[in-house]
Amino acid sequence: MTYELISYILGGLTIGSALMVILSSHPVRSVMYLVITFFFISGHMVLMNAQFLAIVNIIVYAGAIMVLFLFVLMLLNLNKESEPRMTFASQMAAILAGGTFLLVLLAALAESTLPPMPEGMSKQIADIQNEGLVQNLGQLLFSKYIVPFEVSSILFIAAMVGAVLLAKREKQNTEEI
Amino acid sequence: MMPALISHAEFSKDFYLFLCPILFTIGAVGLMIRKNMIVMLMCIELMLNSVNLLMVSFANFFGQGDAHIFVFFIVVVAAAEATVGLSIILMAFRNLRSIDVDMFKKLKN
Repeated sequence: MTYELISYILGGLTIGSALMVILSSHPVRSVMYLVITFFFISGHMVLMNAQFLAIVNIIVYAGAIMVLFLFVLMLLNLNKESEPRMTFASQMAAILAGGTFLLVLLAALAESTLPPMPEGMSKQIADIQNEGLVQNLGQLLFSKYIVPFEVSSILFIAAMVGAVLLAKREKQNTEEI
Repeated sequence: MMPALISHAEFSKDFYLFLCPILFTIGAVGLMIRKNMIVMLMCIELMLNSVNLLMVSFANFFGQGDAHIFVFFIVVVAAAEATVGLSIILMAFRNLRSIDVDMFKKLKN
């Protein structure tokens, strides 16, 4: 009962802060609400015995990516007047489209049923409290998923080179404009 | 101990099957109603995270760690994507002096 109660409260807080992300007019406030949302999502992950992912979520998302966003916002030096706005009609149309999408998605999911658990899996249910721990995930990551892991390092090098190339100031190009 | 864990997994599968589409829709609506490129990128991060949450809940339900690895890779790709996206935004701002997405219309000429 307590578990369900905590889940509902955390879920409500998550939806509320996610709504604040898209509704607050100042970009810095949006970033802050997004950080809060990520913390709540990490809370959900802790509730589901995924300790490693909860920590990774906080370190990578709230710690690294959001700081990057804040840094870019600071670099651009935006204020409230420069915030681009949509017309009211197109905002309403977007909300209507999103609401319809949600309705269809939830209606389809409410009708869906999962197949019953295969017999062979009942042994692994006993490990349900260990499955999100660093030891299990590390063993899985470095045995079964070793190739994607190495490929992701190549992806990071490509992203790093791309970011440096894109963000480098081009002298002759800026003078033209 | 064990029956409680399994009933928790049963509950959270149903609960997150409703919570995650809502979060995803909030991200999608944010993508449509905002014109600030940085906020749009943040909405994409929100959508990615809602999918991660659903994936973790199913991993919890089926008691297998593989989905955790996939969530890990989604986080990795999201970090790379945010870096490249932000540098593109920086470059666009430097050339156009605006972070309005409609400014990309100028690429046509």
